[in-house]
Amino acid sequence: MAKAKITFEDINQTVNVPAGTRIIEISEKIGAGIIYGCREGDCGTCMTHVIEGWNNLTEPSVLEEKVLRENMANRHDRLACQAQILGDCKVRPA
Amino acid sequence: MGKEYQDATGNPGAVEIAPGVHWIGALDASLRTFDIILRTANGTTYNAFLIRGDAGVAVVDTVKLEFSDEFFRRLESVADYSEIRVIVLNHLEPDHSGALPELMRRAPQARLYISTRATSMLKAVLKPKDSDRPFEYETVGTGDEVSLGNRTLRFLHTPFLHWPDTQCTYLVENGVLFSGDVFGCHYCDSRLYNDRVGDFRFSFDYYYAHIMRPFKAHVMDALKLIEPLRLKMIAPTHGPILRDRPRRYVTHYRELSTSSLVDQIDNDERSLVVFYMSAYGSTARMAEAIRAGAEEEAGVRVSLYDLEGGETEPFVDLIEEADALAFGSPTINGDAVKPVWDLLSSLAVVNLKGKLGAAFGSYGWSGEAVRMIEDRMRGLKMRVPVAGLRLKLIPTDEELVECRVFGRKLAAALVGGEQGRVIDFSELG
Repeated sequence: MAKAKITFEDINQTVNVPAGTRIIEISEKIGAGIIYGCREGDCGTCMTHVIEGWNNLTEPSVLEEKVLRENMANRHDRLACQAQILGDCKVRPA
Repeated sequence: MGKEYQDATGNPGAVEIAPGVHWIGALDASLRTFDIILRTANGTTYNAFLIRGDAGVAVVDTVKLEFSDEFFRRLESVADYSEIRVIVLNHLEPDHSGALPELMRRAPQARLYISTRATSMLKAVLKPKDSDRPFEYETVGTGDEVSLGNRTLRFLHTPFLHWPDTQCTYLVENGVLFSGDVFGCHYCDSRLYNDRVGDFRFSFDYYYAHIMRPFKAHVMDALKLIEPLRLKMIAPTHGPILRDRPRRYVTHYRELSTSSLVDQIDNDERSLVVFYMSAYGSTARMAEAIRAGAEEEAGVRVSLYDLEGGETEPFVDLIEEADALAFGSPTINGDAVKPVWDLLSSLAVVNLKGKLGAAFGSYGWSGEAVRMIEDRMRGLKMRVPVAGLRLKLIPTDEELVECRVFGRKLAAALVGGEQGRVIDFSELG
């Protein structure tokens, strides 16, 4: 299976993950500083800023776009519970 | 219904707490349990306020739905709904937003101001139907202001005190801080002011310990915004209004949020606390070997505690300050033992995120406890860098060496031996 590396800048940890893994599946286990609410793409709590590798995440769905907009997301912010990792990237809590 | 407030003249109306500023909240003297987690021996108050400027009226916070009648009666005694231009919600929890939908219906011209993080909560609180007229609101952050003519409301973004949405509102000209739940407590006394009510110090500290304590880092951030303010009065949403030496409460919050005796631990040292329960001494011997192994790593201070000899609360204090925790439990009837679960289910009041965790234990038949403790720690947002260690019954000398290695690995992870290393997904469990 294709692998990708995701780096959590706030705790300086990198994890080698199978492509398609959602950010939340890693960030929760490794104890990155991202915070969580509904875990289903509705509340916007787990907003995460993508520092590098923006294009290496799945495209946001229409619903994720809407939640990001409502929560005044900045450019390159994503929801950790929605974005799936396709290639190397670096993130931090938004 | 709560006990009706009566002022000195028997008037159940609003109370003027500063020129042009009225308390229009409600008293809930019969409440004994708040939000499941908090007890109160004499109820609480839902404090809401009305501010009159020469260019309009503002309402800051509302009350729990069941107390709407009291709130509206007090509001009506000092203002007409048509005068309300501004509604501020410092916190969207239902005990403060209960009367909001009705207030917005009665004052449709008013504009609602909430923090930037409150949007999704507002929708969940109001639950608008598609057929409803869309409600209008504005989100504000630190430094944003709303003018009421001769009065100015300035906002302070204070997230996680104690919800993501929380903010404070400062009435600049009067030096009054409407602080939301910050500096609040569940204490009901119709005399309202901190210099007139009974002794509420216990309630104040108890409220902090259960509501604000998990968010100490955020409290410190908020204090940086609050401390420079000229403070003549702090008006929180629960409990006494702090008009007598309000700054003492700000100082007290700083004290409560600062670790006591923190300078007793070397700044460069990381702290590992090993807790265990043992039936026949095997898990205890594992714990001792793990401690010995961890102590071989420079820069780690290890503490060892037998859960049988202590009470939950001081252990929670220890855990709050620790950088890593190891729990040892035998497996009895397929489960970890109750004192371990008692402690692991008492940690909602402290922030565990990012702490390291490890589990170990001796077992007779199956040894489920270790994996269950690991799952619990992950559920608490701790990271488990070293796979748990299970030994069958009495540890041999070789197995005790394994325990030392386990302790050393955990300590190495704690002092940053893993920094920069690429961890494989499978290691995360």
